[in-house]
Amino acid sequence: MAEEKEKKEKTKVPRQKMPEQDPKVRARNFDEVPFGYTPALAQLEAGRCLQCKKPKCIEGCPVEVEIPAFVKLIKEGDFAGAARKLKERNSLPAICGRVCPQEDQCEKVCIVGKKDQPVAVGRLERFAADWERTKGEVTIPEKAPATGKKVAVVGSGPSGLTLAGDLILKGHEVTIFEALHKTGGVLIYGIPEFRLPKDIVQSEVNYLERLGVKVECNCVIGRIETVDELLKEYDAAFLGLGAGLPQFLNVPGENYCGIYSANEYLTRSNLMKAYLFPKYDTPIARGKNVAVFGAGNVAMDSARTALRLGADTVRIIYRRSRDEMPARIEEVHHAEEEGVQFYLLTAPTKFLGDDNGWVTGVECLRMELGEPDESGRRRPVPIKGSEFQLECDMAVVAIGAGANPLLPTQTPGLELNKRGYIVANLETGKTTKPRVWAGGDIVTGSATVILAMGAGRKAANSIHEYLVNKS
Amino acid sequence: MNLVKDLSERRGRLHKITYKREMAEKTVCHLKVEAPRIARKAKPGQFVVLKAGETGERIPLTMGGTDPAAGTIDLIFQVVGKSTALLRTFNVGDSIQDIIGPLGKPTHVEKIGTVICVGGGTGVAVMYPITKAYKEAGNNVIAIIGARTKDLLILEEEMKAASHDLRVTTDDGSYGHHGFVTDVLRKILDEQKDVKLVVGIGPVPMMKFLCKLTKEYGVKTMVSLNPIMVDATGMCGACRVTVGGKTKFCCVDGPEFDGHEVDYDELVKRQRAYLTEEKVSMEQFATAGKRGG
Ligand SMILES: Cc1cc2nc3c(=O)[nH]c(=O)nc-3n(C[C@H](O)[C@H](O)[C@H](O)COP(=O)(O)OP(=O)(O)OC[C@H]3O[C@@H](n4cnc5c(N)ncnc54)[C@H](O)[C@@H]3O)c2cc1C
Ligand SMILES: Cc1cc2nc3c(=O)[nH]c(=O)nc-3n(C[C@H](O)[C@H](O)[C@H](O)COP(=O)(O)OP(=O)(O)OC[C@H]3O[C@@H](n4cnc5c(N)ncnc54)[C@H](O)[C@@H]3O)c2cc1C
Ligand code: SF4
Ligand code: SF4
Ligand code: FES
Repeated sequence: MAEEKEKKEKTKVPRQKMPEQDPKVRARNFDEVPFGYTPALAQLEAGRCLQCKKPKCIEGCPVEVEIPAFVKLIKEGDFAGAARKLKERNSLPAICGRVCPQEDQCEKVCIVGKKDQPVAVGRLERFAADWERTKGEVTIPEKAPATGKKVAVVGSGPSGLTLAGDLILKGHEVTIFEALHKTGGVLIYGIPEFRLPKDIVQSEVNYLERLGVKVECNCVIGRIETVDELLKEYDAAFLGLGAGLPQFLNVPGENYCGIYSANEYLTRSNLMKAYLFPKYDTPIARGKNVAVFGAGNVAMDSARTALRLGADTVRIIYRRSRDEMPARIEEVHHAEEEGVQFYLLTAPTKFLGDDNGWVTGVECLRMELGEPDESGRRRPVPIKGSEFQLECDMAVVAIGAGANPLLPTQTPGLELNKRGYIVANLETGKTTKPRVWAGGDIVTGSATVILAMGAGRKAANSIHEYLVNKS
Repeated sequence: MNLVKDLSERRGRLHKITYKREMAEKTVCHLKVEAPRIARKAKPGQFVVLKAGETGERIPLTMGGTDPAAGTIDLIFQVVGKSTALLRTFNVGDSIQDIIGPLGKPTHVEKIGTVICVGGGTGVAVMYPITKAYKEAGNNVIAIIGARTKDLLILEEEMKAASHDLRVTTDDGSYGHHGFVTDVLRKILDEQKDVKLVVGIGPVPMMKFLCKLTKEYGVKTMVSLNPIMVDATGMCGACRVTVGGKTKFCCVDGPEFDGHEVDYDELVKRQRAYLTEEKVSMEQFATAGKRGG
């Protein structure tokens, strides 16, 4: 009876918002948008959790974070303990707390969410991880005795980082090879500072280095070493290459200056810090009137970056309707608040340019939704004679990514599917090539940080099993 | 056990400059830089991307040669803007923060007969290892190198050694043949009917006119393109060029392409995309230099 009453009271506390920068102000700076919970807010929010006997939320999380347990520790004020609990399952909580699509995962199935808004698991996760990083001692867990086995990890995105962290704790030697001059994959070159501050990513990598993981940047595997050469030196290799091939619209005029792939635009801004030009040497176009094609997270990030680089008008142009937009709700919401406009059911047919080869506009067609296609979404069909022109002096194409063929096509024995992704067992990460595992976006196609981490974890278990049984 | 040594080269290991020579009235600079792994792997026609320091830009430079024993690569660059001007201020003993390579497809070298290698401006530096490779593969190699004026001519001795027959041109007639490399090329193509391949590397207008000429004669021509690049691993598409009506990524599909298929006008326009920013960068660098900072 008393328990019942307590339950009722708990659900009365509304879901706590994170304080955040005012949309008008933040649309012109690159600082992180939300400030995060204060300890008091975090404890209040943690109190909303029912500590379910059969917690649904855990099933909703791809790496099965013990959500009720860490939330309880927050409620009790043991923030460091909460962070430790999180890290048992999730090696990058400060990152996942920020970028996981929680509304489709842990929070989607939260029991509280049935009648009220779900417990803000992501925000709490972020709070605990930030607390540990900024206020507490980051504890270094104990490593298993050295096995003398060596593992090469290609790519330092979330899949590679997770795998490296797991295997080093199991006593193996781990070296990460990264093509770029900085580690983190999409976390460092793609997702903007205002959504994921880069020093958080850096501190996660530093933590791995303190555990003993070796990191070698500037190594494009397939060029400087082939996978077969790595296998002479290492007992096993993991390929966490990501889906780093930009897709273009393939409409006339796409090579006009001022038309970027989202990868180029975001890489210039994030990795090369072009938003700080001329303090940093890499330039970036500062369009006044910007068109962004696509409606996923990548498109939202590009649109919001363009605003911060001084655009007056930023339009998202998407050929389906609002319901089909793949971006996280929170990101769409943030973009709208900041003033990004949405042109839905609209598809580009060609770009217009001036004598210098610079883009001046785009011709579009209106679309309507027809029958569902293979993906189950209703297929956009052009409306005849609905052509119209939009002016723009810069454009970003953010319509998805593919598999970069550089390494896969240089690696004999590695089976690829017809779209060029690596064929691997989804439970173990094993590829068709002996001693080679793969995971993350290069296997599944563009997905999420947490799924890439999950793939890294599964491959780590499989590699560990192989290395132990081998001797 | 080279590999063990290779792989123990750690992140943040800087690339020390071991040799520096200024050429062509200080508009061109030759550096030898420590990068042992790249030196062992590189093939003619491949390039590196370098980033001089923390705030630097990633710029591509072709390897003009390598010395695997010494573990160094040769970079020969023309000072055209901030990044190259900054690089020129580096001296022996200084270090470059990041060097990535070898990148791009190597030149496809085989024995085919008579090959003409045409280099213009700093393109000669890119041409040099390729010329050498064609000669070593047993071809009859005629080389033509050109510059605006005598003092800007580079690598004459090296190119002489790398070919069977070297012709030199200057636009102003201060040395060698008075005129463009294309004049000399036309003469050779008129005299010799068995030319199997022309390789042309230099400023875009030079490559464009060279290809117009060789098309007349129906001689296959390869060029090496230099669009603006960022990652140079095929991830961004900054380097896209139109070849045969199709978009290619120069950093992974090239840098060498069939010269008769390239859209040079688009390339020139794309190379000029950041003229305003480049000026800002250069002016800032020049004033900082004067203040001694
Ligand atoms: C702009 C943007 C925003 C996103 N926002 C979200 C979000 O909000 N939430 C979310 O969950 N997901 C988001 N994603 C998706 C998520 O980032 C990816 O699914 C995830 O990063 C994939 O991880 P990964 O380990 O497979 O590879 P990546 O993160 O892509 O990393 C791969 C790494 O491998 C390196 N590499 C590739 N080839 C080689 C080679 N030959 N040699 C050496 N190194 C190599 C690359 O340089 C790169 O660093 C976003 C993606 C983008 C692009
Ligand atoms: C595959 C390849 C090989 C090259 N090899 C050589 C070489 O051996 N020697 C040499 O002197 N030059 C070479 N270049 C050109 C060299 O990269 C540029 O001159 C250099 O980046 C200019 O930088 P900057 O800051 O000094 O000049 P800026 O003032 O920035 O620009 C001057 C010009 O250089 C070009 N440029 C600027 N940034 C880049 C960039 N990131 N990538 C490519 N081009 C850029 C632009 O077209 C611009 O008009 C090569 C280019 C490519 C793509
Ligand atoms: S890792 Fe992501 S899905 Fe799992 S609990 Fe944390 S926020 Fe939710
Ligand atoms: S399902 Fe919701 S209420 Fe239940 S334990 Fe998980 S977070 Fe708490
Ligand atoms: S430079 Fe980025 S794809 Fe070629």
